[in-house]
Amino acid sequence: MRSRVREFDSSTLNESVQNTIMRDLKAVGKKFMHVLYPRKSNTLLRDWDLWGPLILCVTLALMLQRGSVDSEKDGGPQFAEVFVIVWFGAVTITLNSKLLGGNISFFQSLCVLGYCILPLTVAMLVCRLVLLAELGPINFMVRFFVVIVMFAWSIVASTAFLADSQPPNRKALAVYPVFLFYFVISWMILTFTPQ
Amino acid sequence: MAAADELAFHAEFEEATNLLAQTPDAAITRSDQLTPQGHVAVVMDSGGSYGADDEVESDKAALLQEEKQQPGFWTFGYYQSFFDVDTSQVLDRIKGSLLPRPGHNFVRHHLRNRPDLYGPFWICATLAFVLAITGNLTLVLAQRRDPSIHYSPQFHKVTVAGITIYCYAWLVPLALWGFLRWRRGVRERVGPYTFLETVCVYGYSLFVFIPTVVLWLIPVPWLQWLFGALALALSAAGLVFTLWPVVREDTRLAATVLLSTVVLLHTLLAMGCKFYFFQPLPLEHVAPPHQAMSQPPNTLPPTLPRSMAT
Repeated sequence: MRSRVREFDSSTLNESVQNTIMRDLKAVGKKFMHVLYPRKSNTLLRDWDLWGPLILCVTLALMLQRGSVDSEKDGGPQFAEVFVIVWFGAVTITLNSKLLGGNISFFQSLCVLGYCILPLTVAMLVCRLVLLAELGPINFMVRFFVVIVMFAWSIVASTAFLADSQPPNRKALAVYPVFLFYFVISWMILTFTPQ
Repeated sequence: MAAADELAFHAEFEEATNLLAQTPDAAITRSDQLTPQGHVAVVMDSGGSYGADDEVESDKAALLQEEKQQPGFWTFGYYQSFFDVDTSQVLDRIKGSLLPRPGHNFVRHHLRNRPDLYGPFWICATLAFVLAITGNLTLVLAQRRDPSIHYSPQFHKVTVAGITIYCYAWLVPLALWGFLRWRRGVRERVGPYTFLETVCVYGYSLFVFIPTVVLWLIPVPWLQWLFGALALALSAAGLVFTLWPVVREDTRLAATVLLSTVVLLHTLLAMGCKFYFFQPLPLEHVAPPHQAMSQPPNTLPPTLPRSMAT
């Protein structure tokens, strides 16, 4: 799941497992930093990997669970639904931007979209903590504010990486699905209520 | 004098556009095979008795249409040709669907033989999500007015919305296209629309429902019905004005049946969405009136269910 070309390919077979894992974790952590402080850099695009999006998606889906006692049909999203929305949403947006004539590769785009879920995962964490306090309008306003800020952060981060790959007269067409994608995820986070 | 010339030119231009748009598979010979008069010769597939209009439309054809080599459907380039639109074109098509005018055929004037799949796909996606989200929001707002209502995220409505909207926006144009092609034998002059153009018309006509659904958050029943009727009128008018030139040549019975079926299906979609996604309350929380009188603390006033009902 990585694209980096290494000069000493054979030597990594003999290294300890800890080295391998730490190297991948460092790469993921470095990309997290790039998402949190979005600058126009190519690190996310050049060395794409899908570990980060997987970790983020699983974390988000787990946190959106309400517990198995909820047997009502009209509950919150199940794990599979969150997973499907995130991954199929990212694939659809990537296909859309490629069909519109963008010159970004398939996995690079998936990588960027997945990593830019990080602010929303942080928002989910904050919301779960805030929900431990008593429910009320102030509680809702705090959560609403946090989700809105993180939603804006996600959009800014992903467009900083993706916008340059589109021809200029189609930028809005490529960015709108990203907006819709993060909007749906934000709505799922905001409507989360504990048992 | 100048005004008469302008009018004549305008009429010829309009007719040329219409004729050109109706025969997208006209083969055009290259310009190095000019006829002695210096005009490019155009070989038309159907309906060749247009006389002097050939000159104007042949120039137009040479300018507007290169030889189309369709890549095979297994290549990526084939599908890329359906996304060959700019932001301004998509916005123009959306505007065209919002303001239907009687003589203004959506397919001829806005699509101009370049149907796209971007608009229908993303308008349907937006509409599905907006339906589910605003349906959920009405429940939130209802709960804030009356805390005894049980709130739940109702995530399954997203799935239902998505399936309904996509099936409507793709299966109904398929049926319509099939029907129009079957009736093609009756009318020789005017060609029917391609499948993609029909999908485009339906997709863009659903756009007007997006702001309507958002406005349905306002919990005033007569206002909701007003907005719904307005949106339905605009959308159905767009469809009817677009289908009218194609259907006009057919027998009166077939034309009326087709148009009324189209409008009826559209109405059913709008009303189905309204009733399913904007249900006022789960029924078990509505206390019957005599019980409401006897238990003041946790009652709903008898008038409240009626005002919340659509």
